[in-house]
Formats: sequence, C-alpha cells, structure tokens
Amino acid sequence: MVENTGFLLHDVHFAYGDKAALRGVDLTLPLGRFYGVVGPNGCGKSTLLDVLMANRQPRQGRVLLDGAAVGHHGRRQLARQVALVPQDFAIPFAFTVLEVVLMGRHPYLPRFGTPTAADLDCAEQAMAALGIAELRERSVTGLSGGEKQRVVVARALAQDTPILLLDEATSNLDIRHTLEIFQVARERVRHGRTVIAVVHNLNLAAAYCDEMVFLDEGRVAAAGPTATTLTSTTIAEVFGVESRVARDDFCGTLQVSFRYGD
Amino acid sequence: MTSTHRAYPWLAMGLMLAVCIAIVLSTGLGFIPITPAEVVRVIASRLTGDTGLTAGLDPVFSYVVLDVRLPRILAAVGVGAGLAICGVLFQGLLLNPLADPYTLGISSGAAFGASVALLADGTLLGHLPVPLFAFAGAMAALVVVLWLASHDGQLSANTLILSGVIVGAILAAGISFMKYLADEQVGVIVFWLMGSFAGRTWAQVGVVFATVLAGLLVAVYYGRDLNIIALGSRTSDSLGVETGRVRKILLVAASLLVGVCVSVSGIIGFIGLIVPHLMRMVAGPDNRRLTVVAALAGGLLLLMADTVTRAVLPAEVPIGVLTALIGGPFFCYIFRRRGAFHG
Repeated sequence: MVENTGFLLHDVHFAYGDKAALRGVDLTLPLGRFYGVVGPNGCGKSTLLDVLMANRQPRQGRVLLDGAAVGHHGRRQLARQVALVPQDFAIPFAFTVLEVVLMGRHPYLPRFGTPTAADLDCAEQAMAALGIAELRERSVTGLSGGEKQRVVVARALAQDTPILLLDEATSNLDIRHTLEIFQVARERVRHGRTVIAVVHNLNLAAAYCDEMVFLDEGRVAAAGPTATTLTSTTIAEVFGVESRVARDDFCGTLQVSFRYGD
Repeated sequence: MTSTHRAYPWLAMGLMLAVCIAIVLSTGLGFIPITPAEVVRVIASRLTGDTGLTAGLDPVFSYVVLDVRLPRILAAVGVGAGLAICGVLFQGLLLNPLADPYTLGISSGAAFGASVALLADGTLLGHLPVPLFAFAGAMAALVVVLWLASHDGQLSANTLILSGVIVGAILAAGISFMKYLADEQVGVIVFWLMGSFAGRTWAQVGVVFATVLAGLLVAVYYGRDLNIIALGSRTSDSLGVETGRVRKILLVAASLLVGVCVSVSGIIGFIGLIVPHLMRMVAGPDNRRLTVVAALAGGLLLLMADTVTRAVLPAEVPIGVLTALIGGPFFCYIFRRRGAFHG
C-alpha cells in the first residue's frame, strides 16, 4: 500500500450502453496540485470524475487512489478523501444553508450522532471562506443561483477532504463569483490539498491550474504542466479552433486568444 | 439552532396528545353517544382487567367501544400514519414534493392487486392473502412508473407524476373490468375501493400498526441518508451514502406500507401529500423529525376525516371521496406555487 500518492488511472474504459465515454485513459495525478480537465462537450470529463469517485465502475482498467482501487476504499472512507461539487444543484426542500453545509460532515458522523462542536466549526469555516456565513439560517430554496452554488461548494469544503473535484462548478456563476470559488480552491492547493476541476473556460484553467488534462473522445490528448500542454496545436487538435497562446502581462499567466472569424 | 428545532419536541408531544384526545372523543361520537369519561372507563377496564371500572355502565357501551368503534378508529389512525410516512419517503426519494402513493399510481396498483385477491375468493384459487397481493400490486406499479418516467437515469418531477397518473388510469380500467367480470361481489369492492373503515377488525388493526411501526423505524433509521439524497444521487454518493441501496430499501418499505394500508381501507388519496407538506412547514425538512410528526399528524387527520363521515354527516360518505375533495385542491395549490419557484 502506497500512502498519499494520489490517483493513478491505467487503461480505463467506460461506456454508457454501447456508447463509449472513456477509451483507454492513462493518467497519473499526484497530490498537491490544481488540475484542469478540459475538452469538448461529451468528451468524457464528467464520466472521468465519476470514475475517480467510484460512482461508476470502469468496464476495463484500474483506478487507484493512494495505491488501492477506489472501489475498495468503501463509500464512507472515500467520502473522507474525495469531495465533489456537481454542476447541477437542485435542492427541492427548504433546508437551511447551515443544514446543507453540515451534510458535508455526514461521512464523519455515527448513524444517530449529532454534529459536534468540531463539525459546526468546520461548517462555519467553510461558509466564511465562501462569504455566506450571514446566510446561515436562510432556506436554500429562497437563494439566488449564485448563492446556492456557493452553498454547495461550502458543503464540499466542510467535507474536509484532501481531494476536491469540481465538475463545472462555476458554469452558472458570474465572473466575480467564479473567481472567488477558484481563489478558494487555489488557496486549498497552496495548503497541500488537491483540486481536480472540469473547466470549460480555457483562460480560467490557464490562470489557476498547475497541470491540464485534455480529453478528446474519451482519450487523453495531452496531459502535463499547463505551460507545456496548453498550446495552440493541442487546442486545434482537440477543439478544432484556431488560437494563440501567450503570456498575458495583466494576469501574469498564459492566456488564449481565439480567431473569432471575419 | 433554528426555531423549528426548538419547537419540535413540543410539536411531537402536542400531536401525540391530540391523537389520544381525538381517539377518546371520536369513540364517544355516533348513533349511541358515550361521554369521554365513560369511554376512558371502558378502555381502562379492558386494559387493567378491573371490571369495577365499568360498574353502572350500560353493557352495550363496552361492546360499542371495544368491538365496533375502536378497531375502526385505530385502523384510521394507523392508515393515516402509514400513508403520511409513505408520502415523506416518496417525496424525499424522488425529490418531488408532489409525490404521494395516490398521485404516483401506487395506491391503484395495490388496489388492483387486492381486487384480484378479493375476486379470486370463492373461485378455484381459493383464499388469497389480500395484503400480500396489494403489496405485489404496489411494487409492480412503482416499477412501471419509475421505468416510464426515467430517461438516462434521470427522473423529471413532472414526468413522474404524469407516469403515475397514466399507470393509475390503466389500473383503474383494469379494476373496472374485474368488477364487470364478477358482478356479484361488486358492491363490496366498489365501497372498499372508495375507501372505508367500516367494520375493521382488531386483527387488521394489529397488521397496520405493526407495519406502520416498522416503516417508521426504517424511515428514521435512514432519515439522514434521505436528507442527503435530496441533494441528488451524485452528491449523496460522494458523501458516503449507499444511495442505490438506501433507495431500494426505502421504496420497498414504502410500497409495503401502501399495500397494507390499501388492503385495510381501500384507496385514500392525498393524505400522503398534504400531511408531509404541512409538517415540513412547521417542523422543517429534516426527515428524521418529519417522519415522526407526519405519522402523528396523518393519523390525526384521517381519524378526523373518518369521524366526520361516520358520525357527523347524515349518510356515510366513502372517506376516499372526502380526502380527495380536500386534497385535490391542495395539490393544485402546491402545483401552482411550485411553478412559481421553478420558473
């Protein structure tokens, strides 16, 4: 058993019925980095996250976390290591913000246990990080889309896991809230945790991610440090658009410009 | 923490007390009026075995209270509690505030199964266990409704109700066809289908209470998992909930409850819809608390409705008709309001 080596995927295949979603994915994702997973719609990004969380069993190949198959960690145990922020977040019942954030403590609570002071503390810190502490007692059904999404992110932070998966977690948010959530994620990576984010916006990925994974039709087209993988050649190959990748003076990172047609 | 948390023990105790008072009061009501004090004396005498308590009372009181009214009244309390628990479970599992055994067509499935068993009685098949057939019918209807409503593993709220209505309509036609085939027993079946507690036995009361208690325990045991399932199955999986397993266990438990309730009382709609809604407003959405107060409130509401049909109205109206008359408009109200929320 190798401790804390992160994810290791070897020749992972997955299909929905006879529609292949992943076709032989090989990836090594050591801990402590910010990974951006990019690719066209339907390239298998969300499926990849589901496989990492053992929500879906690969048809072939192996997914290891810290040297052991993810399926062998057990649901509860895995929930203490990997948290997910999904892209859709309908909450049909009027739970308060605090109640939803405290659900992040579920993997630590005994069946009939109530949250301890430490659990509450964890939830408070998560809400403070997302700037939603004052919404504590509000019902989630009455929140705006942006507020709701921050509640869902706070719920994942309260889970206090070494690894955080973001599945297009900011696709419904305006740019300020998007940056806020990526800052919070970045801050966690600075403290030695791991973030694996499915991102649509290449410039967002370029600004925050240490490494990028380009998926195309269920295969890894390129993977590695952002500086070497984010090239106009890769973008042309995966997305089929013309672009220029250059260091931007204003944000101090690589940024992509596209040719928008005539 | 919040006001609903502090109010909860009072609410639960208040409802418990209200159920006890309603049982005593309604037992006194009817063709032969009996005072609450006399009702208590008869019940206490039976429980303690002290015959001195009923000294000086008309002996017919004891018969009326213990053999005629109490079984019916307790059956109504039990079925009301059972249907309310089912409502909480279906709404929580299907993430759908409109779900209830009736709107999902599951009550019709149970009624279809029970009708088969009832009509087979006296034929070559002999005596068939009605609750078991009702359970099988409920499960079958549930499976078909879920299959109809799901696309790529997703359940849409409105599609689900639509599927429930369609399956319910087909099963209603099936029941009508069975009634046509067996015209002799039609009277019994027609009245039973519309819902009634008349002439229930202590044995039926026992079955209902045992099932309801088991259902309540299962619902409370998985209460926090059910809360988390409301965040969607991907999230609940990622929080360590065995979503698929919990969902199956709770759906089977709810179907079993529907089967037993329908086999005892016929189809009684909307209790499972109204009660969880009202209780969610006062007790909050946490299913561990909600199930308990919904069970109590469901028992109370159905008992009051049954008492109205039995002792207040000049002629006995089938209770299913009464609950549909109250519950139908309530469904419309929720449907409209939900529309306003979801855009």
